[in-house]
Amino acid sequence: MNSNKTTGLIASNASQKTIEIVNQSLAKRYRSEKRFQRLGMAAIFISLLFLVVLFISITAKGYTAFWQTYIQLDIYLDPEVFEQGDLKTADYPGLVKKTLRDRFPDAKERKEKRALYRLVSTGASFKLRNLVLKDPSVVGETVAIWVPSDDDVDMLAKGFLGEGEQKGQGRLSAKQIQWIGQLTQAGKLKKRFNTSFFTSGDSREPELAGIWGATVGSFLTLILTLVLSFPIGVASAVYLEEFAPKNRWTDLIEVNINNLAAVPSIVFGLLGLAVFLNFFGLPRSAPVAGGLVLTLMTLPTIIIASRASLQSVPPSIREAALGVGASKMQMVAHHVFPLALPGMLTGTIIGMARALGESAPLLMIGMVAFIVDIPGGFTDPSTVLPVQIFLWADSPERAFVERTSAATMALLAFLIVMNLGAVILRKRFEHRW
Amino acid sequence: MPHWLLFFTILLLLIVSYYIGRRRALHISVDGTNRSKLHSTPGYYGALTALWCGIPALLIFGFWMMFEQGIITHLILNTLPPEIRNLPQGQIDLFINEVRNQVTGSQIVREVDPMVRAATDHYQHLLHTGNAALTVVVLSSAIAGILLVRRKIKPDFRARNRVEQIMLVLLIVCSTIAIFTTIGIVLSVLFESIRFFKSVPITDFLFGLKWSPQTAIRADQVGSSGAFGAIPVFAGTLMISTIAMMVAVPIGLLAAVYLSEYAGRKMRAIAKPLMEILAGIPTVVYGFFAALTVAPFIRDSGAFIGLSVSSESALAAGLVMGIMIIPFVSSISDDVINAVPQSLRDGAYALGATPSETVKQVILPAALPGIVGGVLLAVSRAIGETMIVVMAAGLAANLTANPFQAVTTVTVQIVTLLVGDQEFDSPKTLAAFALGLILFIATLILNIVALHIVRKYREQYE
Repeated sequence: MNSNKTTGLIASNASQKTIEIVNQSLAKRYRSEKRFQRLGMAAIFISLLFLVVLFISITAKGYTAFWQTYIQLDIYLDPEVFEQGDLKTADYPGLVKKTLRDRFPDAKERKEKRALYRLVSTGASFKLRNLVLKDPSVVGETVAIWVPSDDDVDMLAKGFLGEGEQKGQGRLSAKQIQWIGQLTQAGKLKKRFNTSFFTSGDSREPELAGIWGATVGSFLTLILTLVLSFPIGVASAVYLEEFAPKNRWTDLIEVNINNLAAVPSIVFGLLGLAVFLNFFGLPRSAPVAGGLVLTLMTLPTIIIASRASLQSVPPSIREAALGVGASKMQMVAHHVFPLALPGMLTGTIIGMARALGESAPLLMIGMVAFIVDIPGGFTDPSTVLPVQIFLWADSPERAFVERTSAATMALLAFLIVMNLGAVILRKRFEHRW
Repeated sequence: MPHWLLFFTILLLLIVSYYIGRRRALHISVDGTNRSKLHSTPGYYGALTALWCGIPALLIFGFWMMFEQGIITHLILNTLPPEIRNLPQGQIDLFINEVRNQVTGSQIVREVDPMVRAATDHYQHLLHTGNAALTVVVLSSAIAGILLVRRKIKPDFRARNRVEQIMLVLLIVCSTIAIFTTIGIVLSVLFESIRFFKSVPITDFLFGLKWSPQTAIRADQVGSSGAFGAIPVFAGTLMISTIAMMVAVPIGLLAAVYLSEYAGRKMRAIAKPLMEILAGIPTVVYGFFAALTVAPFIRDSGAFIGLSVSSESALAAGLVMGIMIIPFVSSISDDVINAVPQSLRDGAYALGATPSETVKQVILPAALPGIVGGVLLAVSRAIGETMIVVMAAGLAANLTANPFQAVTTVTVQIVTLLVGDQEFDSPKTLAAFALGLILFIATLILNIVALHIVRKYREQYE
């Protein structure tokens, strides 16, 4: 009894001491608590800051590409030029040059003349040609036509040139800048919406280059990827989840799928090069080879998502179906599969979005070629949007910087639409059992 | 018949055969003399007919599409005069290529060698014969399939069981594609690597200190002997990955801890998807961002404090790669931290620990194996990442520890060696496959170890 009391006293003394010690250290501990919380906030803030900087830097550099500087030329379609030969092969560049010479008679020397011709894009004569071919009756008249200016002129008009370059120390000479000034004052030089960026294929001339060819290439490649990877992926998932016995073979398949999901994409490119191109002899640079490579690459993603979706269907559904006499295949096809479909589709869209942004394996199979024509089929040479971005990013012309950024914006827009679709699909059909 | 037309004919036959089978079944079931019920619903009879019509035909079609070119090339080679057949392999390939270009008309017509002309005609002839044969075989196999099943349809014919068997086989075939992909990767990379190691000893490749894969055409050219010592390339990969990890691991881990332990429901709902966006941005966009914005920024700020920074510095590529990997680290860490049982937290709080002490002394140690697994997966991501380094890191294989200098990586070298037209036999091209083999093995080991750790750890608490 007595000893108990003493130990109690000692204990209370000791606990008193402990509380004091704790109280003393409390301020320090709270400070470190606050510090830790701030660190966590800072981590999130930094990663979101990166996101914002990325988007702002791309948008800020890219939005100007949606406008393009055009020059209005009053071209007299001299009937003499069209006399010899047909309309297709007439000397359109000559007409454009003559118009420029007439407009600026002060260009006398050869060098000056050549500088003058460089003000308008080489695409000007094609535009004129299309106009004449569309309506041959304009021959003999004077047409006022807006033609794209050269990319250097475009850069000057958009204010991208430095101070020295604005005075004629760069790619544009002082004389050229003076002519541009005259055109601007006469209202013959204007920035207009750049439709050709969305409708034309690649070009060496920045002012003529567009993303339509790459978009069509991406579309063809993705269609093939979707058509192959969705059925195969869903079928594998259904087999592994619903039918497969637990044995070594299925374990092997599972390990394989998990590993393939983490294999670097460029290795799939090596596979495509060695197997699809060199062994099976598929055409280089074609969407058919690209689609096959991307199919192998997206399959693991789709299989894993589909399996998760199948797993979330409660067993009671299966038992009920089997209970009323359905066969196992009927149970899966009529009940489990439809319930799991939205989840599978969501996974597929996310896989497709990844495939759309993928470029490394496509470099291996030659989709990195310079292709002007819009691809018309699965075996035509083509490129895809991300590879187009890569190609343009490598180009030395300054005007390609804004175009690269603009193409990036287009690619991101596609991705945002696809991911939004996945989110909406998930929200709309999400079923909590 | 052109291939696409043949393909659509098969598809059309598929639909028709379904209705033939179905009608046959219905017809039998209501036949006056035989009123017994069908074993399966009529649709199954139709489906069985369609499967028997479509599968063999499509298989034949697929095989022909795959091997058409090979077979015809082989046949052409056999008919060529011996003086061409005895040429070295490269010359024969050139010849065949010319013939193919003539056939597809992808080359502008110019003076054509009569030998090529003859071979082209022969090629075209074979192509036509092959096509005609294919059409006949495919269509007759489709129709034979229909007739065969149609004859077999009786009321007690177990159509459903047959259909389900075939479906199951199809499902199994689909699920084995993953295995074939792995085999394909291993074989394609391995074979070319073995060919490479025949000309460059494997020890030189793995331990050599000089990498300059340019092999010259003439022996007396400068730098004519290509050097294939991959150590500088590995070192560059390691450095960029380390920089990326130094960015991604602290930020990703702290973000995950904050989101799972501190953040309210609302903040979680907003911040988490926003961070996931970082993972969804294509790597080519990151590469462009690194080359255009980050690298000049680092170079200029380096110049400002008096450091000479290369415009293709390892720092820029590593930094941007780190940003890309942040969501990867944070989402895996988030999973792992959430898997730590609530009872451990409650125990720590009951002892009077502050939340940060709980995290540091209880949750992180408990979650450590899983986090390590996640980091290993992230490392395998980093060393396999291609576009960022292709666009922002250099080509020169410098053996340096200075992050401000340009280094090159395994993936950059693979891309530079293989993009563009090359002969397929030179050690230069084959070196890319050897690098690919190393890359594949390294990521494979990392993944297996990481998945093993993650899985084992998860089982502990379940």
